[in-house]
Amino acid sequence: MKYWMSILAALALTAVAPASLADEAAPDELIRVLSEQVLEIVRNDTRLQEGEVDSAIERIEAVVVPHFNFRRMTMLAVGRDWRQASQEQQRRLMDSFYGMLVRTYSNALTEYKDHTIDFRPLRMSPDDSTVRVQTAVRQPGAQAVSVDYMLERTEEGWKVFDIVVAGVSLVTNYRSAFAQEIRNGGIDGLIQALEARGGEGMRFPGHES
Amino acid sequence: MNPTLPRRCARFVLPVRRAAVVLTAMLLVGCASTPANPDDPLEGFNRAMFAFNEGVDTAVLRPAARAYETVTPGLVRTGVGNVFGNLGDVWIGANNLLQGKVGDGMSDLMRFMVNSTIGLLGLLDVASEMGLQKNDEDFGQTLAVWGVGEGPYLVLPIFGPRTLRDAAAIPVDRFGDPVANIDHSRTRYTATGLRVVHGRARLLSVERTFEDSTLDKYTFMRDSYLQQRRYKVHDGEVPFEYDDYDFFDDGFDEQASLLPARTGVEVLVDSALAQLELNRAEGAAPGRTASNIYFTMGNER
Repeated sequence: MKYWMSILAALALTAVAPASLADEAAPDELIRVLSEQVLEIVRNDTRLQEGEVDSAIERIEAVVVPHFNFRRMTMLAVGRDWRQASQEQQRRLMDSFYGMLVRTYSNALTEYKDHTIDFRPLRMSPDDSTVRVQTAVRQPGAQAVSVDYMLERTEEGWKVFDIVVAGVSLVTNYRSAFAQEIRNGGIDGLIQALEARGGEGMRFPGHES
Repeated sequence: MNPTLPRRCARFVLPVRRAAVVLTAMLLVGCASTPANPDDPLEGFNRAMFAFNEGVDTAVLRPAARAYETVTPGLVRTGVGNVFGNLGDVWIGANNLLQGKVGDGMSDLMRFMVNSTIGLLGLLDVASEMGLQKNDEDFGQTLAVWGVGEGPYLVLPIFGPRTLRDAAAIPVDRFGDPVANIDHSRTRYTATGLRVVHGRARLLSVERTFEDSTLDKYTFMRDSYLQQRRYKVHDGEVPFEYDDYDFFDDGFDEQASLLPARTGVEVLVDSALAQLELNRAEGAAPGRTASNIYFTMGNER
């Protein structure tokens, strides 16, 4: 009886292990896989080489969006006024902020082509709920730029909530500019300002319905 | 006739063509109502200087950088960057030593020796290939490590964004800068000019990226500069702190964590507070740290 129990236990373990491994992929491993996939798209998307960015962006979105907590990113960029925003406003803030980010970085997509990424050893203890994955982006003929990814532990695995480029946090760096817009025109004023810079009608593809 | 304030400002600007940049800048101070930021008490002055620098940039630097980028092949620019980088490594090494980072300092001096010889007077960055990583140090960072606080944010004419501490470090950095110490004045001017234009050209692609996406360029530059400075001072080991705005926690000032780093003073105040058990006595929220109190005091002034 004991014998059978242990075999059953072993079977159950092997059946469960691969699935839970995939969910609990180590944060640095996750970033490595994501950046490899993105670089692969940037290098090989034929339409991107001809100057047409839309299809590449769609492919990158499909890879990246599930692994970002974009709600928290927007919240951190907006700061304290996030609490004053209605659910609808929060949703529109996410859409317009997302639109602006996509617009900003899609201009530069082709410039990342010959970049390579080095990973620094990950320092974390098993019960950390927030972790920083440190990388250095190298490009020929220029000094390496440090790019750090901040990740948080969620039920669906690790999720990125900030990217720190050369010491500048993507999300908190927007905060005082956002606060300025909110002071001048309220939450809706900020949404309009963001929409003006990202093109209207942009939607964040990862909304929880 | 009761002209509104902006119209009055405009009337001053229109007839003046000479030194228009400076004047517009000065008037901007009067016209714009600028909200206070604890990191930037001199915002009015700074915005004026920023506008002046933008004027110089548009008129002189950016066109020069564009021309330089068009005329020189990429390989030449890499060489130019390597030569200036190599000349800077000695002073970087000296600062690492002054900060007590002996290993890094020796590595910087090794870099200089390797690149000056095998790297053909610095044209090639062989040292990086060998695994001797390039560091980024200056006397402002050394002062920070020695415990000098950063002081208010300051935009200097031509030099651009600084903190008061880093502005004070400029003469010392010039002392350690081989290019500024070239005796032959024409060579010195040429080398300085080339370095400035080269540095500006490297920013062109970044600028293209952010051209129309920034809400307020001044704020963007200020916050980026301060965050990056603090990151460099701590060699990337900045404790990042993030707040959660999904939950209600009153009595909490988000300005406190606007920028992730904390100054030495704040850490000291923190430990002093912990000793006095002020936090517990007041029953304060867990988010209430020295940086909150520190910045709140700044706000009330």
